[in-house]
Amino acid sequence: MALKKDTITAALAILLLTLLCGILYPLVITGISQVAFPGNANGQQVQVGGRLVGSKLIGQNFADPVVKNGKVVLDKNGNPVTVPDPRYFQTRPSATVPSDNAAATTFSNLGPNSVATKQELTTNIAAYIHLNGRYYPGGLTAAKVPVDAADTSASGIDPDISVANARIQAHRIAAVRHLPLTTVNRLIDTYTGGRGLGFIGEPTVNVLELNLALNRISGGHR
Amino acid sequence: MTFTGWLTIFGFAVILTALAMPLGSYMAAVYSGERTFMDPVLRVPERFLYRLIRVDPSQPAPQDWKAYARSVILFSLAGWLLLYFILRTQTLWNFTGLNPEGFHSAPWNVTFNTTSSFVTNTNWQYYGGETTMSYFSQMAGLTVQNFVSAATGIVVAVALIRGIIGRSGKSLGNFWQDLVRTVLYILLPLSIIIALVLVSQGVLQTFGGYLTAHGITGLTQTIARAPVASQEAIKELGTNGGGIFNTNSAHPFENSTGFTNLVEMLAVLIIPAALVFMYGKMVGSRRQGYAIYSTMMIMFLGAAVVAYIAEAHGSPAQHAAGLHTGVIPGSTGGNMEGKDQRFGIAGSALFDVITTVTSCGAVNSAIESFTGIGGAVPMANLSASEVIFGGVGTGLYSILLYVLLAVFIGGLMVGRTPEYLGKKIEAREIKLVALGILITPLAALFATALAVASSAGRQSISAAAAGGPQGFSETIYAYLSQANNNGSAFAGYTGFIQPAAGNIGSHGITFANLLGGFTMLFARFAPILFALAVGGALAGKRISPPGLGTMRTDNPTFVVLLIGVIVLVGALTFFPALLLGPIVQGLTGHLY
Repeated sequence: MALKKDTITAALAILLLTLLCGILYPLVITGISQVAFPGNANGQQVQVGGRLVGSKLIGQNFADPVVKNGKVVLDKNGNPVTVPDPRYFQTRPSATVPSDNAAATTFSNLGPNSVATKQELTTNIAAYIHLNGRYYPGGLTAAKVPVDAADTSASGIDPDISVANARIQAHRIAAVRHLPLTTVNRLIDTYTGGRGLGFIGEPTVNVLELNLALNRISGGHR
Repeated sequence: MTFTGWLTIFGFAVILTALAMPLGSYMAAVYSGERTFMDPVLRVPERFLYRLIRVDPSQPAPQDWKAYARSVILFSLAGWLLLYFILRTQTLWNFTGLNPEGFHSAPWNVTFNTTSSFVTNTNWQYYGGETTMSYFSQMAGLTVQNFVSAATGIVVAVALIRGIIGRSGKSLGNFWQDLVRTVLYILLPLSIIIALVLVSQGVLQTFGGYLTAHGITGLTQTIARAPVASQEAIKELGTNGGGIFNTNSAHPFENSTGFTNLVEMLAVLIIPAALVFMYGKMVGSRRQGYAIYSTMMIMFLGAAVVAYIAEAHGSPAQHAAGLHTGVIPGSTGGNMEGKDQRFGIAGSALFDVITTVTSCGAVNSAIESFTGIGGAVPMANLSASEVIFGGVGTGLYSILLYVLLAVFIGGLMVGRTPEYLGKKIEAREIKLVALGILITPLAALFATALAVASSAGRQSISAAAAGGPQGFSETIYAYLSQANNNGSAFAGYTGFIQPAAGNIGSHGITFANLLGGFTMLFARFAPILFALAVGGALAGKRISPPGLGTMRTDNPTFVVLLIGVIVLVGALTFFPALLLGPIVQGLTGHLY
């Protein structure tokens, strides 16, 4: 008898707790959030001229599609082949397919002692030096590349780069956009987020905000 | 390494302790049936819930350990069936409008693994959230188990405590009453607070579907969204760890800033830490709680320090590629592979230590990409069978088993009948304790051996890791994690091949899904039964007053003995296996 009674109680309990914790609770939190913090709750969307250009929290690939014979070149997965746009600050390397895919995030899961990791790093370092080396006083070597510019991020959509990374890219931005280096560096300072409570986390430079600010002072896309 | 990095680790320990102490007192009141400041609000809904589930609200029937265990099993079974049903019929619930991307259900084998995973508080995930799960499955399925599997762990610990302090009779309390009170008085209020704090700092909470953004260089980007904060809060608080998104707490929508990272780390540890203080209060000697807390804190800080140093040093692959991994102006250096900038090295290393000392398993960085030693730390934490704080409830009842073992060994050394809090520890108890302690390592090692020895098992190993120590690390981590109901992963190890979103053409790897699922179920419920049986065996014992020769269990000597026992059991069991994986990688600069 006790078994039967207990079974009924178990079934009723899981159904009621599903209503309480699985339906009511998320609805209440959503309701309060949408009223009190609508910007955050909906993903900190950034609009330019009424058009959604991205989320402040989600990293993007600031790259141009490669066009050959008037057609966009596609890779084997059907995604456009891209090259980094030198006019914009670049986010960190991403392990998602395509880069910075905010609909299917993934880690690289590359091990610390893996040949594949070394190959990936070598590729990323070469790309970074290729993009920035000629603008950087004295040139760039692998040892001068900040680790966040070579290592893939965790989320695959890291919206931020390190200050060191931004300072190196600033030379390129200044040259390509014909801006004084000090102006670019001042912008970096403006969009550098500090540590929480002064000691939690690391300083970050938000790449989307920085690029939009650049467009405001020296024109948009070609 | 930086000063702020060290401050993160030690500052965190101070904040945690300051918050956990008052919560522990409150929880002791909740489980002792005393009046709390929440009573005026919650007394009425509590009684109403009892009535609905047919439990007498004025006097819930006392249960002995067998009756208590039966209720635990029946409730978990009901939860398992409902969750499996919801996940397998995902499209059936499209009428709610909570499946904006029209995702189909995952295959049966993946769903078996996922269901077992969430019911056992593991949250091992052989699926990517934003490409597999509808909002409805996340809320009504997974979030619910985040609450109730956590509550189940907590109430088992409470029942064991009642056995330890019981002065007469056999009752360990009433499971249904404990369950309802845990959800209403502890988990829901804390979740509401944490969820709103997270949203205020940037975490998402919307049913608005996925967005398409048109970037400034002309590329489009689809941005997955979900009601994140409500699930994120209980995911951390209940030491569950199953992310809404595939990259879990590394995803900026789950963990937006350095500050949310701190909030989430605190949320993971606050209940396991508070339970220890609650324990001290319930047994009538806060010093007993402090002794256990010190044991946990020492081992926790040791793990965090080692992980931070290892990650700040950088990896052999980085050095081989010519990177400089030291601190430079504007960058902390270190092994940033699989780490996001806003958390940095310290915030990532600390998070992953927290998530592996507890049974949480949420990650804010890729543990597989940690250095050899950095990756050995989470594995060592798992090898300690989740007693360094541990999962909500599971950590406390597991360390209490170790405490009894330490008392027994101490008693043998001084040649006296072992006693704990006035109760004699005899053959029956120590047999149950030994079984309870050994069952998890047994499950982990047995499953690992099967998985590396069979070709069906090896197909889960990622291509980049195959053939080297990394492949072995992936495998042992997978089964250590599932046996300890943790859920973190060397995530290259896979059980679900999904070429496109919406499960089109997807298939599960049946071997990994089934072996993992059964490992989780076995290693969750067998120790629960042993813990409850120990509680039942102790409940009826007479309490004898402490004498001159009674071994004290609330002083530094005992803390040292307890740490020794935990390390010894973990090391003897797992050291040979760990040597083959992470330790090899930590000792060499060789690339595989």
